[in-house]
Amino acid sequence: MTTRYTKDHEWIRVDGDTGVVGITDYAQEQLGDIVFIELPDIGKVLAQGDEAATVESVKAASEVYAPAGGEVIEANAALADNPALVNEQPLGEGWFFKLQLSSPGDLESLMDDAGYAAYCKELDE
Amino acid sequence: MRYLPLTEADRSTMLATIGAGSIDELYCDVPPGARLDGPVDLPHHAGELEVERALAGLAARNVPAGSVPSFLGAGAYRHHIPATVDHLIQRGEFLTSYTPYQPEVSQGTLHYLFEFQTQVALLTGMDVANASLYDGATACAEAVMMANRVTRRKKAVLSGGLHPHYAETTATLARYTGFDLVRPDPDPTGTEDLVAQIDDETSCVVVQTPDLFGNVRELSRLAEACHARKALLIAVVTEVVSLGLLTPPGDMGADIVAAEGQSIGNTLNFGGPHVGLFATRDKYIRNMPGRLCGETVDTEGRRGFVLTLSTREQHIRREKATSNICTNSGLCALGFTIHLSLLGELGLMRLAETNHARAIRLADRLAAVPGVAVLNDGFFNEITVRLPQAAGPLVDRLADRGILAGVPVSRLYPDRPDLADLLLCTATETNTDDDIEALATALHEEVR
Amino acid sequence: MTGNPIPGENQTPPGTLTGNRGLQIEEPLIFEQDSPGKTGVDLPDPGLSAPRLGAVKRRAAIGLPGMAEPEVVRHYTRLSQKNFGIDTTFYPLGSCTMKHNPRLNEKMARLPGLADIHPLQPESTIQGALELIDTLAHWLKVLTGMEAVAMTPGAGAHGELCGMMAIQAALQDRGDARRRVLVPDSAHGTNPATAAALGYTVDAVPSDSRGRVDRAALEAKLGDDVAALMLTNPNTCGLFETEIVAIAEALHAAGALFYCDGANFNAIVGRVRPGDLGIDAMHINLHKTFSTPHGGGGPGAGPVVLSKALAPYAPLPAVVHGPEGFRLVERPEDGGPAPKSFGRLKGFHGQMGMFVRALSFAMSHGADGLKQAAEDAVLNANYLRARLQSVMSLSYPGPCMHEVLFDDRFLRGTGVSTLDLAKALLDEGFHPMTMYFPLVVHGAMLIEPTESESKATLDRFADTLLKLTEQAQSGDAAALTAAPRLTPRTRLDETGAARKPILRWRPPAEAVSAPRQAAE
Repeated sequence: MTTRYTKDHEWIRVDGDTGVVGITDYAQEQLGDIVFIELPDIGKVLAQGDEAATVESVKAASEVYAPAGGEVIEANAALADNPALVNEQPLGEGWFFKLQLSSPGDLESLMDDAGYAAYCKELDE
Repeated sequence: MRYLPLTEADRSTMLATIGAGSIDELYCDVPPGARLDGPVDLPHHAGELEVERALAGLAARNVPAGSVPSFLGAGAYRHHIPATVDHLIQRGEFLTSYTPYQPEVSQGTLHYLFEFQTQVALLTGMDVANASLYDGATACAEAVMMANRVTRRKKAVLSGGLHPHYAETTATLARYTGFDLVRPDPDPTGTEDLVAQIDDETSCVVVQTPDLFGNVRELSRLAEACHARKALLIAVVTEVVSLGLLTPPGDMGADIVAAEGQSIGNTLNFGGPHVGLFATRDKYIRNMPGRLCGETVDTEGRRGFVLTLSTREQHIRREKATSNICTNSGLCALGFTIHLSLLGELGLMRLAETNHARAIRLADRLAAVPGVAVLNDGFFNEITVRLPQAAGPLVDRLADRGILAGVPVSRLYPDRPDLADLLLCTATETNTDDDIEALATALHEEVR
Repeated sequence: MTGNPIPGENQTPPGTLTGNRGLQIEEPLIFEQDSPGKTGVDLPDPGLSAPRLGAVKRRAAIGLPGMAEPEVVRHYTRLSQKNFGIDTTFYPLGSCTMKHNPRLNEKMARLPGLADIHPLQPESTIQGALELIDTLAHWLKVLTGMEAVAMTPGAGAHGELCGMMAIQAALQDRGDARRRVLVPDSAHGTNPATAAALGYTVDAVPSDSRGRVDRAALEAKLGDDVAALMLTNPNTCGLFETEIVAIAEALHAAGALFYCDGANFNAIVGRVRPGDLGIDAMHINLHKTFSTPHGGGGPGAGPVVLSKALAPYAPLPAVVHGPEGFRLVERPEDGGPAPKSFGRLKGFHGQMGMFVRALSFAMSHGADGLKQAAEDAVLNANYLRARLQSVMSLSYPGPCMHEVLFDDRFLRGTGVSTLDLAKALLDEGFHPMTMYFPLVVHGAMLIEPTESESKATLDRFADTLLKLTEQAQSGDAAALTAAPRLTPRTRLDETGAARKPILRWRPPAEAVSAPRQAAE
């Protein structure tokens, strides 16, 4: 399994031809306490960069974009009752949705762990 | 100038602190060509007495509805408002506060908004209500746009019994925001078949009850038909006092209720400001327009209230907001809440019964005038009367005789000569037997 | 941050047996004071024997509580005491213009000849009302130097919708389907929301280092698909857009129209006419420039002044003056000022109750007083700027208009945020400034004193802010981050409110079974 990151602070963990998508620790930190997440419908086909979900804190709302193209095959139902999962475990239980990847080549444009860490560091300076 | 606390000495001292030689220096950013070099051509300041005299002079050239027998309705209703209401809404802490952005010092406003939202939900039979919109017509238009968002469809059916101002307000938005309307003919008898208008493209059906012509409508069958096609039913109520006596739209399956709340706690005001009520089901909360007040606790664990779910709104979502609306109708909502608190369950029911009883008397008395027919079977406090001549000129003649007889349908449908002989008449608790007798007698003389 | 209060068993704040704190009295909801059978309104026996309601007579109870009049009076009086208002204290909420609300205006709005008239009365019985609207329209046109005014919009944002619809109608009329609207990043949220509602693509224009719209960036964005620019002037940073005339010319040269958000017209009324700046449409928030009461968030009124190019597309109805008196024109073909009207915006004819108050305010001030009010508002803001700028971080140098913008650089490293400073002001008896708006600076504090404040009040406020800043900078963050302590409520859990929304009261039995209330 490999994890890749976007400049908009989404992550995607790829296992074979499926990918799990969420937002990064950096993103949840910036948003603050998350109160609501709107997830995509199962079966929705997304291209890389399409708006896929919305994440809301008390004072902000942000779009979550598809890190890679594919079809939505699962959405994290636990987030409806407990959006705080995204704050608590952004890279774990706080995942957003799963994609059946349609163009694995999309992943090449994304950052790896080291690249993303450097990117966040740059943003903070 | 009585409203300005700064003295000339203050102004000089302050300019010195700022380091400016004159007030003109503070306006240095205005391009020179755009600076006014002299006073505009308008009167100079005036004392209270002079202003009062001038405005009272304008007021004297109107005929207050309460000064003569008056039977106008059609979306604005004259009811008696207890003295308490106006006294309380004029308390400076309510009158001169702003949107409760600082909840610690706005619990007064937030607390009554929470009560308001609950009252509106109870009255309409819905789960939740917002903190009000501008008026009933804009609430109706917002309801349609919300239904379009929820259903992801773009075609709304507007009943022929819907107030034309509501329909036109919605039509303006339809033209400029891009959705379609189906508008059946005006429906004086309340017998139109809206079910036949619903298809798989329909986002919602908008139906008013009591409708423009005064007919009360049973909506259950229509609601079922809407839901079978995954469309929403929007119920419009322009006379909310009726909800004291009528099955609420929520109990008949409505998904959104858009209403005008003026009848409770607010004067006619020549049509504004009024207060738009907006209620819906729990599942659609995040698609609602307008402000919402919610319950929470403070750091000491005490119950308190805040504005919540603000991420729907323009100040956060900007171009992705559910609506561009910022303002609600706060003070009018407060008037509504206080009046309804005074009425309570018993008072509202009795007020509604009184209105209905007055309207029955009006209907029976007018039906007895030769040549005049009442069209309604079931009604609340408003009826449609068919006259043997055009209603518009007749209403003007009756006004000259000191009677405000009602609203000619031609005023709302000027392009429909077939409706020109129809007159909308309303009776509320403010109409005495003598008023009704005066109207019937005058009508008799005019149509003879 | 808001903090995460833990609801405790003990609902009584420390200090008293009742939870009351002197004049601050704990007050339940009306629904918790229900005495079934009570009412605060006496009505005669309706004498209703045989209802004619068809099949829709109500069967279920409504659930409204019963209270007697004195209970209602006390309830709402107590609630009022939990609010700050302009009447109570200094309320320098930037971009909101919390100026004095003269009570004369309230008295005038309640004259039966103005309040108790029905919007659909025959014209012969409402000549005074129509003349009043026409008179206020005249004041607005003269003060702005514009050709026409649409009186019906219900509030500022509604006015934006009105102005942008007029622009769209005019463009469509010349067969020009432009789809892009330019909106500066400092704009109020209603601007992009309005443009988006009308189907436009919103294209954000950056601000420059002077807090003005970046003219070069703006001009680079101009093209034959740009319908309009929506620009606030004076802008939301409290600054006059120095290049506005050139911007207007560039827009018009590109075939676009100029919408001005007139929320801050109060700074320049009597000194600058927007008509001389080249704008095509501008709404005027009557509650700001003409001091109709804010009322806890409305009702508002947002008349829109229009250029000659847009006047024919104005909404209806409109008041016209003819040989037989005043007339209300409700259809384009009826000979009014808007033969190509884009349509109706709301029920009836506009916010009459607000018009009365605004005209009363305008007549009281007169042309001279309105100008003096604008100047005093600008003077007051600049005085606060002068008193505070050496300690707080002024976002943009130079004179401001009616409001002054600071950002949170001066708090960096103190552990105190803009929010904390604002909350500390509450304990000191001041309403805070606007926080975190505009978005173009970090931790914004936008202070708008208005012309209604004396120098003594401004000095007290400045002294307090300076002392609080000193406190923050001297390492005593805790005193500020724990604020407010003396208000009717301390900081409220907004996160909890949004995660499990409770938007209405429910009877206790229902509340227990309702899933969304079961969280605790």
